[in-house]
Formats: sequence, C-alpha cells, structure tokens
Amino acid sequence: MEIDPLIFRLSIFILSIFVGYYVVWSVTPSLHTPLMSVTNAISSVIIVGAIIAGLSGNSDSVFNTSSVFGFLAIALAAINIFGGFLVTQRMLAMYKKKKKDKEK
Amino acid sequence: MISANLSAIFYLVSGVLFILALRGLSSPETSRQGNLFGILGMIIAITVTFLSTGNFSAGFTYVIIFILVGGSIGAFIAYRIPMTAMPELVAGFHSLVGLAAVFVAISAFLNPEAFNLGTPGNIKLGSLIEMSIGAAVGAITFSGSVIAFLKLQGIMSGSPIMFKGQHPLNGIILISIVVLIYLLCSTQSSNLFWILLAVSFLIGFLLIIPIGGADMPVVISMLNSYSGWAAAGIGFTLENTALIITGALVGSSGAILSYIMCKGMNRSFFNVILGGFGSTEDSTNSSSKEQRPVKSGNADDAAFLMKNASSVIIVPGYGMAVAQAQHALREMVDTLKKNDIKVSYAIHPVAGRMPGHMNVLLAEANVPYDEVFELEEINNDFANADVAFVIGANDVTNPVAKTDPQSPIYGMPVLDVEKCKSVLFVKRSLSPGYAGIDNDLFYKENTLMLFADAKKMTEDITKNL
Repeated sequence: MEIDPLIFRLSIFILSIFVGYYVVWSVTPSLHTPLMSVTNAISSVIIVGAIIAGLSGNSDSVFNTSSVFGFLAIALAAINIFGGFLVTQRMLAMYKKKKKDKEK
Repeated sequence: MISANLSAIFYLVSGVLFILALRGLSSPETSRQGNLFGILGMIIAITVTFLSTGNFSAGFTYVIIFILVGGSIGAFIAYRIPMTAMPELVAGFHSLVGLAAVFVAISAFLNPEAFNLGTPGNIKLGSLIEMSIGAAVGAITFSGSVIAFLKLQGIMSGSPIMFKGQHPLNGIILISIVVLIYLLCSTQSSNLFWILLAVSFLIGFLLIIPIGGADMPVVISMLNSYSGWAAAGIGFTLENTALIITGALVGSSGAILSYIMCKGMNRSFFNVILGGFGSTEDSTNSSSKEQRPVKSGNADDAAFLMKNASSVIIVPGYGMAVAQAQHALREMVDTLKKNDIKVSYAIHPVAGRMPGHMNVLLAEANVPYDEVFELEEINNDFANADVAFVIGANDVTNPVAKTDPQSPIYGMPVLDVEKCKSVLFVKRSLSPGYAGIDNDLFYKENTLMLFADAKKMTEDITKNL
C-alpha cells in the first residue's frame, strides 16, 4: 500500500514545529522585536500561492474573480515582504557593541 | 518550465534558509547575516514559482506590477516608521498576512483547477479542509490584528471592552466555526464558505476587544503565531513545503513568545485571553489608600544623588516609549559615564508593548547592547547599586508582587528596585499602573518621586549634572 503524500507533508510540518521550537528558544530576548518582524516577512512566502492565483487567468482575460483576489494578495504579501525584511535590517543595524576605547 | 520535483527541492531550500534566518537571531552579530538568508530564501521561492508556472503571458506583467506596488509601499513604511511605533507596525503587518491568506483561499476556492485541487463544487476533500482552516485562521488573524493595531495606535481605547455573556458568545461562535467547516466540506456550498469567513472575521474582532493595552505583548505574539498557522494551512492546500515549514516556524515562534510574555506577568494564557484585567480594581484602591506621604524632588536633587553614586541602574518602561525619552536618556547616561559612574539597564520581559520593545528603543539611541540586561541577569545587582532610575515603568517594580498574596500581580517576577540605596522614579503622577494597584515603592523612605514628563526631566537632570 502506498503512503498518502499528505502524510509526508504532515511529517515535514511536525518536524518543522520542533525545529522552530528549539531555534526560537535560542533567540536572545533582546532580539525579540526583530524576531517578530522577520517572522512576519517570511510568513509572507504565502505570496507563492497568490502568484499562482494571479496567473490563473488565460491570455484572453487576465482578470477573473479568482485572479483578482490573487493580485490583491500579491500586493498585501509584497508590502509585508519588503516592509518586514527592511525594517528588520534597519533594527538590526542599530544593535552595536560597546566601543573598547572609552574616550571618543 | 521546471519539473514539480525540482521546484519542490527549491522550496525546501528556501524553507531551510528561513530556519537559518531565525537561527541568526541568537546573537546580534549573526543576526544581519540571518536576515540576508531570509531575503535569499524569499527570492528563491518567488523565482521558482514563476518558473514552475511557466506562464509569462499578460498575467505575468500584472504580477510584477502588484509586487512592485506592494513592495514600494512596504519599503516606504519600513524606512519612515519611528522605532517607538514598532508594535503598531507589527500588528499591522500581521493583519496583512492574515488577509493575504484569506484572499489566496478565496481564489483557490473559486478556481481550484489553477491549483490542481479539483473543480468548483467538487474540490478534493483534504484540500477543502485545509483551505477552510487556513481561511478561518487567516480571517481571525486579520480582524484580531486590526483591533490590536487600533488599540496600540490609540485610535481605540486601550481599556478592555467587556459585555455580559461575552465568553459564552465567543464559545458559541468558535463551535459554529467547527460546524461550518464540517458542513462546508460535506456540501461544498459556496454560501457556507462566505459565512465561514464572515464568522471568522467576527470572532477575531470579539476575541481581542476585551484585552487591555498592557497585555498587548501577549496579543501580538499570539497573532504572530496565528499568522503562521494560517500560512501553514494554505501551504497544505497548495502542497508547498516552503509554506508548510515557514508556517510551522512562525507558529511555534509566536507561541513561545506568548508563553514568555505570560510568564513575565505570572498569568496563564487563558487568563490573558479572557481579558478584562485591570479594569475592576481602580475604584476600590483609589479610595482606600488616600494620601500617603511621598517625597518628591526636582531635577537638581536627582542630579545630586546620581553624581554621588558609583553605580546606577536604569529601569525603562512603556512611559519612556510614549515620551520618546530614549535619546535624552542616553545623553544623561553619557554624562554619568564621564563622571566614572557605572551604568547598566534592566529590562523586564513585559516592559513596553511587545517582546523586546525596550531593547530596540535603547539600540536606536545607540546604547550598546552589552550594557542592557534581562531581569534574571541583573536582579541581584540592585542590592549593590546606589541609584535606580525608573523611567516610565511601574507595575514591573512593585514589591507587592513578592509580599501580598491578595494582590492581582502576586507572583509576577519583578525587578528588585527597592533594594537600591535610593530610587528615583520619573512619573507624571501617582496614578496606579496598568494592574490598577498602588505601588508601595512610591512611599518608601529612600524613594524620590520626580513628577514630570520623562523626556523633559531627563534633559533637566543632564543640565544639572
């Protein structure tokens, strides 16, 4: 008997939860805000679904109800991707160590 | 066009890069590199999607246009947003992830052929279950985050909104969502799909309105988690590993943050979610504890105390963010350091409106991160410090959490500020904090209250140093 591919996806899902659990516990508390903004950015990988939806129209009619929802989702996810990664970058750039030489 | 197997492998690669992005955050040195891994993962995922559809017709142009429009809005916001507004920004971003998940689910429901899920009215059962769960969680994330955003932004009052029968109502709605998903999957009716979405939007709204402003760290973390589960649900529908891995990562990340925040307040997750905290105590307390003597001082007194200290610990809180006092604070500390006074910062886990809020603000003001300590790291140092400078914090310093089992915050970990030789408390008035209880620290012999705006007071102290 063959195994349903759903079981494989479920395995990936469960194992990823464990990976996430251990990786996130090792995040230093002072970086919890960048952690939230970067998770925000990466969860917008949902854009791949939006792109498939957006491209679902045929060459005669690019826009149908389904593809319009896809295009809207693309725009929303893109705001998050660019906004999320850039604001994380901006925050992380501010974390600096103490300068060794005291006078400046 | 590339094969389905090859694209699946690339999606796996981008999932691994996302794991590395989070891994990088274990220390500030590796974090910037981690962020680049995340960006690379995203580029791979998007490129592979284009290649696997192999469709570069007219629709492709529109996809690019929408990416560019969304991207420029996102970039504009990212560069313009002040650091004090990070909680609002994150809440706003969560709502977008939720709404995008809902839109993708709608699109897949209307046109399942495009996703290889069957035909309208005859969608594969497994896909339909995954799709409806993804859509419902996405809708809850959206409306919940919108409320959180409005509360943080101050457009909506931060105080809890309670009404009679609230919890039974929410319970009924949650059960009806499960029933709706079941009916939807057995009948494939599109009307039920729309009702499911409407009800999910409603419950997201109802779940967040009873939760007060200072519980927002838990709410934001929780919504962060939801946005992950919504993405995972859609990932199962689309049979996409990158989405499944990311959804699981984000889901567990948000859950862990919620747990840390709840522990920081010694409250259970359900206690926070049921809401209404801090709304009832006000009346009883303000009447019973009238007029105890406090010592209040001015900037000159504070400067004198600090000048004669050899070590100072700063305790920032949400009030510092509101007053935008972080830069003025850093200047004050610079002056102290010039006088060879040792300065460190003590951060309570729930200080501010989101996890790590204070750390970002201090980093913005160029405070080196190795001078900033978490509660467990620094709590023993208060006994040896000369001055504690509490700026905009209140409940997290209240010794009553250790002494009075009747207190609503009993058992909450607090900073042992009272052990310092002297305590300077910058505050606008004697009003109780979020928990609605009086802070005994105000009336201690060694406490000097500085009644003023946090920023102005800090600047005045610097002048007097």
